[in-house]
Amino acid sequence: IGQGPLNQNAIEQIEAMLYSADVGYEATEYIVNTLQNKLKEESIASEDAIASLKEILQQVLDEPLQKLTKTEFEPEAGKLNIWLLTGVNGVGKTTTIGKLAHLAKTSGYNCVIAAADTFRAAAVEQVKVWGERTNTPVIANEGKNTDPAAVVFDGINAAIARNADILLVDTAGRLQNKKNLMEELAKIRRIIDKKAVDANIESLLVLDATLGQNGLKQAQVFSEAAQLTGVVLTKLDGTAKGGVALGVSRDLGLPIRFIGAGEGIEDLRPFSSYEFVEALLS
Amino acid sequence: MFDALAERLEDTWKKLRGQGKISQSNIQEALQEVRKALLEADVNFQVVKSFVAEVEKNALGAEVISGVNPQQQFIKIVYDELVKVMGESNAPLAEADKPPRVVLMAGLQGAGKTTATAKLALYLQKQKRSCLMVATDVYRPAAIQQLITLGTQISVPVFELGTGANPVDIARQGLEEAKNKGIDTVIIDTAGRLQIDQEMMAELAQVKDAVNPDEVLLVVDSMTGQEAANVTRSFHEEIGITGAILTKMDGDSRGGAALSIRTISGQPIKFIGVGEKVEALEPFYPDRMASRILNM
Ligand SMILES: Nc1nc2c(ncn2[C@@H]2O[C@H](COP(=O)(O)OP(=O)(O)OP(=O)(O)O)[C@@H](O)[C@H]2O)c(=O)[nH]1
Ligand SMILES: Nc1nc2c(ncn2[C@@H]2O[C@H](COP(=O)(O)OP(=O)(O)OP(=O)(O)O)[C@@H](O)[C@H]2O)c(=O)[nH]1
Ligand SMILES: [K+]
Ligand SMILES: [Mg+2]
Ligand SMILES: [Mg+2]
Repeated sequence: IGQGPLNQNAIEQIEAMLYSADVGYEATEYIVNTLQNKLKEESIASEDAIASLKEILQQVLDEPLQKLTKTEFEPEAGKLNIWLLTGVNGVGKTTTIGKLAHLAKTSGYNCVIAAADTFRAAAVEQVKVWGERTNTPVIANEGKNTDPAAVVFDGINAAIARNADILLVDTAGRLQNKKNLMEELAKIRRIIDKKAVDANIESLLVLDATLGQNGLKQAQVFSEAAQLTGVVLTKLDGTAKGGVALGVSRDLGLPIRFIGAGEGIEDLRPFSSYEFVEALLS
Repeated sequence: MFDALAERLEDTWKKLRGQGKISQSNIQEALQEVRKALLEADVNFQVVKSFVAEVEKNALGAEVISGVNPQQQFIKIVYDELVKVMGESNAPLAEADKPPRVVLMAGLQGAGKTTATAKLALYLQKQKRSCLMVATDVYRPAAIQQLITLGTQISVPVFELGTGANPVDIARQGLEEAKNKGIDTVIIDTAGRLQIDQEMMAELAQVKDAVNPDEVLLVVDSMTGQEAANVTRSFHEEIGITGAILTKMDGDSRGGAALSIRTISGQPIKFIGVGEKVEALEPFYPDRMASRILNM
């Protein structure tokens, strides 16, 4: 790893912190090299390396926002906003839908949920519980193995008919190497684009903080199928640090929008790169 | 097999051409490549350290085999060590001295416990062993309904007392029911919990005390990163696991969590989940897992 003011011992300590936070080999290499260069160029003493390291990590996470004209994540007024949640199995999509419905409700927005996981056992029942908890209508099709794109279609119609501000779309978990399931997701996305031409669409990938390096592949493949615009990082109430988010941010330029920090209805917070980095290195 | 690691080691060994023997100095770069490969496969950082140290020891002590180049020999040492750590052969599900056999499922949220409960029941049913599944997850919305739906799919009964009951009571009564009905194996599904959630871990310990299981299986998502080590350590120390199930192996993760689980608990991985459907359960084979971790 690159030459610079840090000695071998210091490098190893920093590497240990980053590896054990799931930052991964490549991103760690990049970060340590960037740190070495920064210390050299700005003549920073190696005792102050941690502060510089934090700056670099925050930059990686904040960078995707630089490209955006509007950095806040909020529904656009006077329009239908469609928030599509996708990700691999069990990461927390449905729970996040429930939390988002609550957040939207308490912020005065009118919400509808489309229960487009038509595959998993009791997935519709689960999202309906969240619908009851948040007093949000849930559009579902109880038939077995119905086409999720059709549910999304119905969801859009219902949202328009009810003059809703936000349509939340819950999708089935799918592993990104399953071609047919990714094609099904691409179809859902096409339906949204076609049917809700004027809508403001946020396509959010849900990543679980306990994920390792596979999270990078997930982000790549889901990006193509669902045209991702951001990430929700869940399960940060555990001891997992979610360091793969750094690679996702760097490789795909996706901003992290929310973090999940529990199973309760209020356990959703806007993402703060400062807090995330502090926790990552603690 | 091991194409990528072999490829990467190629350059390293080129420099050593003509040197017939593995030595302390010529092996360092190769060890570095192994370290990198394991970290990329999500093997826990501390586990990588001890593993690489063991490989170094074995490599230095290795006899030169004529006709085998040091690169091949080195890769074989890495592979053999991985297989050894992972348990050499498949470990079957424990039998009970006296039926019913009790299997307790445990793990983090979303790992695949409920699905694995149904998969295991179907797997045993195919071996003509009768099963009862017990629904103790009273927390997650529709968790009981999920198990009932799966039970209907595979025609295995589910014992449940709704969401108002205490998980310890549900488990105890479920076991009673199995005894009364002469059922062979009881599989207890539990709610997902973080290993740092003291209340929920205490509850799990109580469930365990109440049913005295023959197997406590830690269900771990094969896409898990570094955290697999912490999760295994806590569940093993606080509950005592007898084995593990590695789920979502139908994905393209390298599954380094397997090495962390095994190293830290010393307990075998018994099954892998290879799909969302109830049939998608297979016995775990250490040699296949070793190939998967190394093959990039
Ligand atoms: N500790 C913790 N648990 C969470 C969080 N978010 C979700 N969970 C739990 O993780 C498990 C899976 O959550 P779901 O919302 O069902 O995940 P999903 O992505 O919809 O799962 P599938 O639809 O099966 O792919 C549940 O037990 C949730 O309660 C979080 O932020 N922290
Ligand atoms: N592709 C694939 N998906 C799986 C596998 N095992 C479980 N799943 C999926 O992973 C998600 C979570 O599975 P569950 O069985 O609900 O997990 P759990 O551990 O019971 O979750 P909680 O009860 O919320 O803690 C579901 O979408 C399952 O269909 C597997 O081996 N392969
Ligand atoms: K998970
Ligand atoms: Mg879901
Ligand atoms: Mg469950």
